[in-house]
Amino acid sequence: MNRNFALPEFVFLLQGLRWTLLLSCIAFFGGSILGLAIATLRISPILPARWLAVGYIQLFQGTPVLMQLFVTYYGLPVLLGVQVDAWTAVSLAFTLYSAAFMGEIWRGSIQAIPRPQWEAAACLSLGFFKQLWYVILPQATRISIAPTVGFIVQLIKNTSIASIIGFVELSRAGQLMTSATFKPMIVYPVVAALYFVLCWPLSLLSQMIERRIDATIGIKRHM
Amino acid sequence: MPLLALKDICKKFGTNVVLNDVSLDVEPGEVVAIIGRSGSGKSTLLRCINGLEIADRGTIEFGGKAFRPTRSHLKALRRETGIVFQSYNLFPHLSVERNVTLGLTAGKGLPLMEAKRLARDSLSRVGLEDKIGSYPMQLSGGQQQRVAIARALAMQPRLILCDEITSALDPELIDEVIKVLEQVANNGMTMILVTHEMRFAQRSADTVVFMHKGQVWEKGPPKTLFAAPATAELASFIDAILPLGVDAV
Repeated sequence: MNRNFALPEFVFLLQGLRWTLLLSCIAFFGGSILGLAIATLRISPILPARWLAVGYIQLFQGTPVLMQLFVTYYGLPVLLGVQVDAWTAVSLAFTLYSAAFMGEIWRGSIQAIPRPQWEAAACLSLGFFKQLWYVILPQATRISIAPTVGFIVQLIKNTSIASIIGFVELSRAGQLMTSATFKPMIVYPVVAALYFVLCWPLSLLSQMIERRIDATIGIKRHM
Repeated sequence: MPLLALKDICKKFGTNVVLNDVSLDVEPGEVVAIIGRSGSGKSTLLRCINGLEIADRGTIEFGGKAFRPTRSHLKALRRETGIVFQSYNLFPHLSVERNVTLGLTAGKGLPLMEAKRLARDSLSRVGLEDKIGSYPMQLSGGQQQRVAIARALAMQPRLILCDEITSALDPELIDEVIKVLEQVANNGMTMILVTHEMRFAQRSADTVVFMHKGQVWEKGPPKTLFAAPATAELASFIDAILPLGVDAV
């Protein structure tokens, strides 16, 4: 007899959602740290540093995240002789993947700040990192809010790819519940709704932060 | 001894020679107005003095010390010279007060309370003490430029450089900035101004320098220079900029 889609099945999906959320957080925070380093290298006056950053970005933006995941999960044991479990593989793969995209988003945001802002900070006797910290990054952050949140939303949805190596996140949990209940038309809309519940507030939060910053510094928004 | 001594400064951008053997001495307390047509090298000269552009050739001495384009020399030079830009270049994400204190705390390493006191002093000198909590975008162009002047003054520089600071302003806002400049000049501050504002050059400058083709073409006291230009280039510039004659301004 087939199972019904009831509270225990929904709780199972919520458990999958928990891992989706956790994986997204790891990829975002890990990717942020690495991405900031990538962005800094990309704008560095040192040419080899820029090449290194460009090479990294091209590699990870030019290959599918699925392949990156396979290489991490199946390739590392072959290449380095270390066995990695599914958690480590997906965390590593999504961190490296998100660092390439966030690094590029932030590089663009930093370079969007007009050159005279750097010059004005330099004229106040601020060195490169102080110029970056006090003057450039706060303004670049405002510019990068929308694309960063857009990428986080993509990242959350892309974590479903992790199911391919047996990682039970929300999509995989949905597949398992579909197999158990034979009610795909109930299970998948619920899975989609749970993704939506996760992503939609992020978009709202991004707009709210932008509005608050604009109101504080006196920017009038076009409606 | 001059506060600033420029000797044979040359600067090229590609094959375009922008400054060609420029030499200029500026005495302490002197107000120098640099005038000339667009592309004559005025702004580039100012940027070379502050190290925003590095001269290809020539020497810059400030306070008797030769300047080299190293990081430590640049920082030291910028602690002693303030610059005010044409487009203000205030930091839009920082309040007026923080715009003024940033250089004092992060650049000069002063404690925040002292920086705030200096910021209040310099903002009151430009008549903007009531705008301390505002953000640049909440101010008019004239007010923003006065904040930029206050930011430069707060650093207690020995020399202030002003790069066409009234050019981006509406005509009715120019006067408020000119008044502040005159007041700063009257207090004995050494200033070099690139300007199209002939009223200021005539009234407050000790020396007017006319630049043409990247060179100091003529220089002298404003009365002499405007009344009896020695070269056809300056005469033609004065005719173009002051069609009704010197007395018109």
